[in-house]
Amino acid sequence: MCTICGCSETQAATYTVPGAHAHTHDHDHEHGHAHEHDHDHGHTHTHAPAEDPHAVLHAAMHGRTIALEQDILAKNKVLAERNRGWFEGREVLALNLMSSPGSGKTSLLERTIHALKNEMNIYVVEGDQAGTNDAERIRATGCAVIQVNTGAGCHLEADMLARSMQQLNPRSGSLVLIENVGNLICPALFDLGERAKVVVISVTEGDDKPTKYPHMFRACRLMLINKIDLLPHVRFDVDRCIARAREVNPDIHVLQVSAETGQGMEPWYQWLRRELAGQPTFAPT
Amino acid sequence: MHELSITHGIVAICAERAGTERVTCVRLEIGQLSAVLPDAVRFCFDICAKGTVVEGAILEIIETPGRALCRDCNGEVAMTQLFGRCRCGSANLRVIAGEELKIREMELA
Repeated sequence: MCTICGCSETQAATYTVPGAHAHTHDHDHEHGHAHEHDHDHGHTHTHAPAEDPHAVLHAAMHGRTIALEQDILAKNKVLAERNRGWFEGREVLALNLMSSPGSGKTSLLERTIHALKNEMNIYVVEGDQAGTNDAERIRATGCAVIQVNTGAGCHLEADMLARSMQQLNPRSGSLVLIENVGNLICPALFDLGERAKVVVISVTEGDDKPTKYPHMFRACRLMLINKIDLLPHVRFDVDRCIARAREVNPDIHVLQVSAETGQGMEPWYQWLRRELAGQPTFAPT
Repeated sequence: MHELSITHGIVAICAERAGTERVTCVRLEIGQLSAVLPDAVRFCFDICAKGTVVEGAILEIIETPGRALCRDCNGEVAMTQLFGRCRCGSANLRVIAGEELKIREMELA
């Protein structure tokens, strides 16, 4: 079982490249490393404990205490760092986009791809519990995409991203946009190895979301306030939302956009260009 | 209740490290800002440990209080949630303790 959300250990995550055949892997939480080789050979592996096995044996004989000092989420963190190194080696900018369901992440990606596809190579990883609708929408833009269905899981994990990258094989210097499962809780706790986490909040939600879900807003470097074309029709207070986000995360950058009308999108594209070029980010509101 | 699955993870890590030995005590460190409730972990522990080498082990939880440093006046602030305000009025805080989610040690029989 997943250590955060209770998703089933035996539940398989599914990887689908739209237009290609479906492909299934076990969603195994017990491995501390990624596999890049087949396990078809006829013997089993023993995974050695991280501490000296003699110490365990000695302790067993004398009733001693074993210092573990182990982060409960350590396995995912190790895999995430592997991904981070992989991206750095290829000068790939990987961004982890997170939000509640329905904030407009996929629409934001569609518009971004249309605007930028002639100036950079873009790849998309779509995370959803089920279905390939989002991947089909991205595919229609002409962008390479893989759909990860987490089954009972409510977030993407580092090993899922590693497998997705093996399939997508992004070119050096490209942009990888990861659309995480719509959920403001668990995805915040699972590092994927991305350069930055980006949270999308739409003005049809409450402007108090940052203080309701502080872990998420604290983990993110950028907050995109989406659907600003609807502001005249809703009670969402942009200033209050930003103030609350800054209470949780004083360093968070904020951009206001409408993926529907295109309003405010240019600063987001500039943010992407600067990040891709490895330049420090500016901090407008 | 994500504590059930967190506790499953804790038992799995301890069982993996212990091998065939019996675990008699597990000590955790759970920060008060970690979004994990110690009482809920205690509630789940015996259920998760059942049928493993961790079954029957005593669970001890050290709760680390939340602390932050004010980035404006450099004062220390006690935190009961992930955000707050310094006595100087600033909300520009850096959390320095309270987010731990760690298995400190275990005892084998």
